[in-house]
Amino acid sequence: MDKRIASTAEAVAGIPDGATVMIGGFGGSGAPIELIHAMIDRYRATGSPARLTVINNNAGNGGIGIAAMIKAGMIAKMICSFPRSSNAEAFNTAYLAGEIALELVPQGTLAERIRAAGAGIPAFYTPTSYGTELAEGKPVAEFDGTSYVQERWLKADFALVKGELGDPMGNLTYRLAGRNFNPLMCMAAATTIAQVRQLVETGGIEPESVITPSIFVDAVVEVPAPQQEEQLVRDGVEY
Amino acid sequence: MDKLTNAQIAWRAAQDIDDGAYVNLGIGFPEMVAQYAPEGRTPVYHTENGVLGFGPAPAEGEEDWDLINAGKKPITLKPGAAFFHHADSFAMVRGGHLDVAILGAYQVAQNGDLANWRVGTKGVPAVGGAMDLVHGAGRVAVITDHVTKDGQPKLVEACTFPLTGVGCVTRVYTSLAVVDIEDGRFVLREKLAGLALEDLQAVTGARLHLDGPVADLIVPEAP
Repeated sequence: MDKRIASTAEAVAGIPDGATVMIGGFGGSGAPIELIHAMIDRYRATGSPARLTVINNNAGNGGIGIAAMIKAGMIAKMICSFPRSSNAEAFNTAYLAGEIALELVPQGTLAERIRAAGAGIPAFYTPTSYGTELAEGKPVAEFDGTSYVQERWLKADFALVKGELGDPMGNLTYRLAGRNFNPLMCMAAATTIAQVRQLVETGGIEPESVITPSIFVDAVVEVPAPQQEEQLVRDGVEY
Repeated sequence: MDKLTNAQIAWRAAQDIDDGAYVNLGIGFPEMVAQYAPEGRTPVYHTENGVLGFGPAPAEGEEDWDLINAGKKPITLKPGAAFFHHADSFAMVRGGHLDVAILGAYQVAQNGDLANWRVGTKGVPAVGGAMDLVHGAGRVAVITDHVTKDGQPKLVEACTFPLTGVGCVTRVYTSLAVVDIEDGRFVLREKLAGLALEDLQAVTGARLHLDGPVADLIVPEAP
């Protein structure tokens, strides 16, 4: 079994217009910047992939990563918990101009909806958002005297994630707090593409250390010196 | 009217956190509470993006941008720290595993309703983990100025700003008082020594109930 792919360009070549794409990371931590930029390169060269729905905790920072996708006009809708931040002008401008749709989801609910999709659970009940405007229109039920809101699974066509080590089968580890949404998104997408800092031979990751088992991963591409979103934003880089 | 500084409010809240408690401190002002853990107590801090057991920010130039907190600020790790994914992180929150969550507030109602995520309907909405953090912790406490910048009460009969959670807050540490929320009412536990009850009541938007003696709210001058 060999899920290795030679380049980020090849890895994202099959993402069609209108796809729903989960992108891992929390802010810049664990964000697959090189895969995102490969999508932007392809869009600039071919006009695809366009009209994407992107699922991420945030909505991009500065002029790189998801923010650069928004500036390029590739994203029709964001599903996220926290689009507002100090360097989120790209999203703010597009949103206030009515050029991009937003589905706002509480952070823990976003994580659990993704996990549920990956686990084959179509809906679940959570206390989060009960009695608030984000629960409007959703079914509510009482369990042991407390009220809960029904939330549905959240699936995607593709997930783009960033790992630390990967092997040809697709087993993954993550670096520090870069884990965040990445393992969940691997489970919830029809096709999961991982960029890893280092590809090792099969068996090169101790089975006890595997965080995402290979069954959840479809493609692995090595990006040996990955860029860090926060550093790029601080350096004022525009992609 | 004399009032506590933010540092003094944070110090007071820190006195109620036990050694070994698992604690989530909301982004911004609540993060200050970590600076005032009493000598001999070592709480374990949780951050929503997936770290237990983190410490203060590293020295400038030592940042690792894969090692951040929920406010996207660089952090360090303490011995015994652990990483985990987001679903586990929020399981710790909603599943009742945290001992204490300390949050900021725009308004707190006498029934424990909290409004702390947006003040109106304009601009770009952003909720993050606010609506999750109010559920599950053993104690959900708020630290806040007693009134808004223009003098409006933040402790109210019913919130007018959009709600973050219903009936979730158990204690409020303000710049003037410590107030518990019990059976749908504010119960005054401590107030500044020089502050008359009627003056405190005048800047509080709902009735303050008394249930036993009210202690003086005593904090160090410069904690």
